[in-house]
Amino acid sequence: MRILYLIYDYIVSNVKSVWDVFSHTFTKADTVEYPDEMPYLAPRFRGRIVLTRDPDGKERCVACNLCAVSCPTDCISLQKAEDETGRWYPEFFRINFSRCVYCGLCEEACPTYSIQLTPDFEMAEYNRQNMVYEKEHLLINGTGKYPNYSFYNVSGKAVSGRKKGEGVNEAPPVDVKSLLP
Amino acid sequence: MNDIGTSAVQSTWLLNVVNVVAILVFVVGSAAFTTWVERRMLGIWQDRYGPNRVGPFGVLQVLADMIKLLWKEDWVPSFADKFVFVVAPTIAMFVVVAAFAVVPVAPGIGVVDLNVGLLFFLAMTSLGVYAVMFGAYASDNKYALLGGLRAAAQMVSYEVFMGLSLMGVVMLTGTFNLREIVHAQEDGWFFIPQFIGMVIFFIAGIAESHRTPFDLPEAEHELTAGFHTEYSGMKFGMFFIGEYVSVLLTAAMMTVLFFGGWLGPTWGFLAYIPPVFWFLLKAGILVLLMILIRGSLPRPRYDQLMAFGWKAMLPLAMVNLLITAVVVLL
Repeated sequence: MRILYLIYDYIVSNVKSVWDVFSHTFTKADTVEYPDEMPYLAPRFRGRIVLTRDPDGKERCVACNLCAVSCPTDCISLQKAEDETGRWYPEFFRINFSRCVYCGLCEEACPTYSIQLTPDFEMAEYNRQNMVYEKEHLLINGTGKYPNYSFYNVSGKAVSGRKKGEGVNEAPPVDVKSLLP
Repeated sequence: MNDIGTSAVQSTWLLNVVNVVAILVFVVGSAAFTTWVERRMLGIWQDRYGPNRVGPFGVLQVLADMIKLLWKEDWVPSFADKFVFVVAPTIAMFVVVAAFAVVPVAPGIGVVDLNVGLLFFLAMTSLGVYAVMFGAYASDNKYALLGGLRAAAQMVSYEVFMGLSLMGVVMLTGTFNLREIVHAQEDGWFFIPQFIGMVIFFIAGIAESHRTPFDLPEAEHELTAGFHTEYSGMKFGMFFIGEYVSVLLTAAMMTVLFFGGWLGPTWGFLAYIPPVFWFLLKAGILVLLMILIRGSLPRPRYDQLMAFGWKAMLPLAMVNLLITAVVVLL
């Protein structure tokens, strides 16, 4: 009896497999025919890396090197420089995209929302050297994903003629030489 | 012999040549075409599109593959047995194309009308195992040898009940001639009285053309490419086309033996459609069924394959034979 049931079970399960596959004749293909038709990329897609500017149009990057430190493939290199107001900025900023794995750790490490990953992956090149992007290729004229954020307005650091405590939501600095509360 | 007699002889001779060449070209061409059909249909059944870039609906993919195979370096490994290595794919191609000689496509279409056509077909498919074994042995490669061992065991054991499953049809008709077998089905196709025989023959046919789920000789995941691991270029192409010709052969033989060959409906306007159309339609549906089975069933383990052959299919074929014999006797 058990043998008969097993035989029945084998036949039914095989025929059912064939039938299930056949029923896919009439289902729609999942394929996105990419070069003809662009797939949907979410805003948080991790693609080509850009450097953004703050709402005033000044570059956000303060050359803190945290992105370069967090990068698992060591593909970011930059050199700090300082302008006359005491503000730091990168003298050069270089990303070797032939090594980048688009992990997004640099974006997470960035304290100023400067470095951001964008939904663009069409970066193929015939010449490998063209995969190395310099600051002029990386820097965009926009704020990216965080439109209203400006690091120096909330940082509490005196820079560009603004004294300490003059930023947004900042209290005036405590006079440590006074006994008054 | 007068002039009229001579010209009649010449015209039948010419007709034969046309028949041979046309069937050869058509068989090999549609085998190549089947590779595209298979990839396209597998794509559809797996919710993809398959090759759809080259030419309309991707039909020229066949041509592109052909050009690629022809331009590939035709490499013979230095450690291979050169003569046997070259002969093996030739045999693979030759036996299946030769077996097509006895297939009665339609009245007047068909290479030869043998009175032992069925036996010739069985003999030729049996010879196919030599191609695989020679190829595997001459390659001097572990994977190829394992694939060849499997192929030999599989094809020898599946041949046994392939032959037995057809004997029911032979009993019902009393002939080995395929044309007469088709004519005997004018009252009813044999897939009803010989349903078990048809199923067994279909399974054996898939195993003979070693396709999934019986593709153990060339199981990609275990043996890279099995017996044709060392083959490249057009030699690989011949194994490949040989496999597809044998798929077509299985479908054609199924049509002839169990689905009434070229016989079609005889009522209304359908009676005016040429018989070759019905043959191609039936064979085409069977080819699609084989592709569908490839797309849906997994490959069994080697010992399961052997057990299935000897413990399930062979007794079933015997029982079918016995029942048919009793029915014919009564």
